[in-house]
Amino acid sequence: MLCDICNQNEATVHLTEIVNEQVTELHLCEQCAQQKSMQMEQQFGLSDLLAGLADSDKLIAAPEKITAKCLNCNLTYKDFKKIGRLGCSECYVYFKKYLTPLLKRIHGSNIHAGKTPQKSALVTKVKKKALSVFELKEKLQQAIASEEFEQAATIRDQIRELEKKQKNGTKDEEGCE
Amino acid sequence: MMLNDLLNRTSEWLKGEGPLSDIVISSRLRLARNIEKLPFPHWASKEKEEEILNIILDATKILDQFKDALFLKLDELDSVDKQFLVERHLMSHEFALRSSHKGLVLTSDEVVSLMINEEDHIRLQVMQSGFNLDGAWKIIDEIDTVLSKKLNFAYMPDLGFLTACPTNAGTGMRGSVMLHLPALVMTKQINRILAAVAKLSFNVRGLYGEGTQASGNFFQISNQVSLGHAEDDIIENIKSVIRQIADQEAAARANLMGSHQQMLNDRIFRAFGILENARIISSNETIELLSMVRLGLDVGLIKDIDKKLVNDLFIFTQPAHLQKMSSKKLTPTERDAIRASLIRKKLLNK
Ligand SMILES: [Zn+2]
Ligand SMILES: [Zn+2]
Repeated sequence: MLCDICNQNEATVHLTEIVNEQVTELHLCEQCAQQKSMQMEQQFGLSDLLAGLADSDKLIAAPEKITAKCLNCNLTYKDFKKIGRLGCSECYVYFKKYLTPLLKRIHGSNIHAGKTPQKSALVTKVKKKALSVFELKEKLQQAIASEEFEQAATIRDQIRELEKKQKNGTKDEEGCE
Repeated sequence: MMLNDLLNRTSEWLKGEGPLSDIVISSRLRLARNIEKLPFPHWASKEKEEEILNIILDATKILDQFKDALFLKLDELDSVDKQFLVERHLMSHEFALRSSHKGLVLTSDEVVSLMINEEDHIRLQVMQSGFNLDGAWKIIDEIDTVLSKKLNFAYMPDLGFLTACPTNAGTGMRGSVMLHLPALVMTKQINRILAAVAKLSFNVRGLYGEGTQASGNFFQISNQVSLGHAEDDIIENIKSVIRQIADQEAAARANLMGSHQQMLNDRIFRAFGILENARIISSNETIELLSMVRLGLDVGLIKDIDKKLVNDLFIFTQPAHLQKMSSKKLTPTERDAIRASLIRKKLLNK
């Protein structure tokens, strides 16, 4: 992929820029990215540079190749890239594969840690598990950072176990509807 | 309650009360919520949007918290009324522009407002004067919990509340704090400080939110990140940033009072002099000069004026407020003259 600005060099830096809550993605070469980030600093956040320059994972595929569509509201992923808004809550299910990395770039995380709506007991149960995986992952990082590898291995196994359970749990939930 | 009743009151966001209110004007929280499976407003047909509007109006009408609230359909309001609500920070500018199938629920104290069919089905907002995000959270959390029992909110355990724009997903929460930072502007430290704030994933905006320039030394700081942290963590985060900025502003004020008092005194009383004597004055100039007078009150260089009077002037000199008080549409030129005479009258009757 070529750089969006100079169209000459290979794009190695991938940015998500949010201006007036419109999400745009920028694929830049190193040089243009550096210039861009200097510009951004001068505008002090009136346009917001979200994903850091270091975050150059290429998890988001080229949008033109994605044909996904939400079967609840008929919005396509291409529509989303164009208008920067999703069509309904189910879009998050149909586009999850693409949205999860995008959310990670925007928020630095893609695991909810906040409030749960008070509608069904089932949702609450699943959420508690999700949270503890999140907590375990944090612990795992700490363990690795302090080079306690044995402990890290134990935590990793716990995470795998929990995630397996959770997958089954999610299936059950889908079956209910 | 009627919309016109608001005309005789001071907006919650400019009451000038509450913790740190010499620097922090107001604290606001908003939650974005949507109803499961129904199309988001921008993607909904007109019929669907009207249906969503009615579902939410029906659900809110029975809440205790809204028992003396005002329930408005936006297309029943004229443009001055809509602008009036924007000036009181009760709804967004963009919302006022696209008004069909949109609704607004408003408590009589103007603390709680709920926009229906803005970018999301529900944008619930709670405003407190001064530095009081915790107080705002208590109120908004309670209303949200009750609403979540009445309406099926779109939610996934791992991604949280689902919103039209992924930038709001998760908690759906945005906290904004309005700061008055005249000393940091005067001492030219403001850009450096706001640049540092933006690096910490905060947004900096002007007086009226998105897309507007900061005027009269007022700045609004809000969190960007809404997913991955619990609401109270997000709030603590905002609080710690705000505290640091407020400390810097306080230090800059002390410095001006210490080594540049004469210059400061001059600027404040020149501003005061123009306000007392102008025959034509724009809204922007008014805000800028009132900002200086407010600073004068906060640092004690002006003593014989009631702070409430200054706060009221910020509100009542805005275009739609002037037109509602005059009960007619005014051209900008007419407004500038009426504004000047209102200010003179208020300041001389002090
Ligand atoms: Zn380039
Ligand atoms: Zn959809």
